[in-house]
Amino acid sequence: MTITVKGVAKEFGGFRAVDDLDLVIHQGELVALLGPSGSGKTTLLRIIAGLEFPDRGQVLFNGDDATARAVGERAVGFVFQHYALFRHMTVFENIAFGLRVKPRAQRPTRAAIAERVGELLRLVQLEGMAHRYPTQLSGGQRQRVALARALAIEPRVLLLDEPFGALDAQVRKDLRRWLRRLHQEMGLTSVFVTHDQEEALELADRVVVMNKGRIEQIGAPAEIYDRPANPFVYEFLGQVNRVPYRGEGNTARVLGRSFALEGAAGDGIAYVRPEEIEISREPRPDSVPALVRHVTALGPVIRIDLDLEGSDPVEVSLPPARWRDLCVAKGDAVHLRPANVRIFPAA
Amino acid sequence: MGVTVTYLSLIVLIPLAAMFVRSLGDGPAHFLSVATDPRTLAALRLSFGGALIAALINLVMGMLVAWVLVRYPFPGKRLLDAAVDLPFALPTAVAGITLTALFAGDGWIGQFLEPLGLQVAFTPVGVVVAMVFIGLPFVVRTVEPVLADFEKEVEEAAATLGASRLQTVVRVILPSILPAALTGFALAFARAVGEYGSVIFIAGNMPYQSEIAPLLIVIRLEEFDYSGAAAVGVLMLLGAFLLLLLINLLQAWSRSYERR
Repeated sequence: MTITVKGVAKEFGGFRAVDDLDLVIHQGELVALLGPSGSGKTTLLRIIAGLEFPDRGQVLFNGDDATARAVGERAVGFVFQHYALFRHMTVFENIAFGLRVKPRAQRPTRAAIAERVGELLRLVQLEGMAHRYPTQLSGGQRQRVALARALAIEPRVLLLDEPFGALDAQVRKDLRRWLRRLHQEMGLTSVFVTHDQEEALELADRVVVMNKGRIEQIGAPAEIYDRPANPFVYEFLGQVNRVPYRGEGNTARVLGRSFALEGAAGDGIAYVRPEEIEISREPRPDSVPALVRHVTALGPVIRIDLDLEGSDPVEVSLPPARWRDLCVAKGDAVHLRPANVRIFPAA
Repeated sequence: MGVTVTYLSLIVLIPLAAMFVRSLGDGPAHFLSVATDPRTLAALRLSFGGALIAALINLVMGMLVAWVLVRYPFPGKRLLDAAVDLPFALPTAVAGITLTALFAGDGWIGQFLEPLGLQVAFTPVGVVVAMVFIGLPFVVRTVEPVLADFEKEVEEAAATLGASRLQTVVRVILPSILPAALTGFALAFARAVGEYGSVIFIAGNMPYQSEIAPLLIVIRLEEFDYSGAAAVGVLMLLGAFLLLLLINLLQAWSRSYERR
């Protein structure tokens, strides 16, 4: 199902949670709403679900206005951050709930419900857990029950609010992969909220970066990471060095290298990703001297913190092989050259 | 563990055992004659029946009051919230006299009920009214925190799954607060069975009609029939114990989902 959000705004006691927002989510897409807390991403998700009603604007499902429709009539599957399972019901009863509360005419027979629940239990890999209570399950298992419960009503959209937020790192990773696969198999239009950029980039077809109730950028994960639209997106996604520069005519000097200033001349801020800074023992043209302050081995990457003269410290990351070739350690003098920078002139 | 057992023995078990022994002080024949005396049976029936009805009324109304206190903001809410505890603090005799004055034929409420043929004061109905009054805080105070802790998300989850408001309340919220409500019910019931002060003023205390068991004990004491008084006490104790045991079992069943 295609979801269209048109000029939606929502205030909570004078605080603008969502501010005149437009967004189209296409059939079968897996979209991440990414942003810091208070950016309005959860409010937007809840407005789409019908758990919150917008002050202004419309929500269209396949072109039909669903704005005034109650949550129960929207056929959305909603997965809550803290699972929100029914504690007094077994796993089986939890999953069957959506089927059992249907009006009598549409309610499946007992046998049909049992069969459907069995299918869903297989889907979420919880066979044999049907008669446990939620308190007897681990966090990851509970979240899968919540997902099965949401899928039981055959929703047209799946909405997930920080679905992995309350889980351990390892469980989170497994569940993420599993959800990605599930989405590919089912092709259900899905929207999930997260503040974890890694999660958004790994899982989503498209990422919507939100800040202060507005959309900062929409794009595929690679696009968002490689070409952030503005300083906010740059700072929010991944590690980045923020280097203030002084404009000299039409050029700016950033870490020793000159870059052409298009348009606005003058001072501004340049952003350089840690992996886009080259590091060498010998000085090269356009390089700048620096002193190694600290080396952190993070496994797949080596992070090096460097002090620069007359500038803020800079972070560089290297593959371990490159680091072994260079053989730098704390206290060494090295030279840096930015391979790629993004320049945002001061407004 | 040892401390608990010792303490319980000192405070609860030893006095109860003494009562058992005392009830047989004039021989088993006397015990039997007291136990089968129609007046005793009528008094016990009123005490237990009245307490059960009052506790049931309190169960329903207490949950309603707790629901409103937790869910709805309204002016004077804090005041009302504090007022719920008043039956705890009020000397029971004061409560009894107040209720009697209210429900008597010329009282504020009684003057409207009496022309309708509804006599409350000095009848078994009055007994139940007094028992409702003193038992209400138990249900409200046990249900309130559970209801306050109830996650909004769980209700929302039910709504997203297509449940109507009524279905959500009946299938999701009520089962969640049931264990707490049953605790409140048991407490209100126990209190009402043993209640003396407030009831005797409004009851009228007619033997066979509106005479409660605790009053009968006092009457027997005043007749220096100590073993008879103890016998009534033993019967009350057994009845109360059985009923509370039943409620406890119900409760264990209702929270079986918490077992690991």
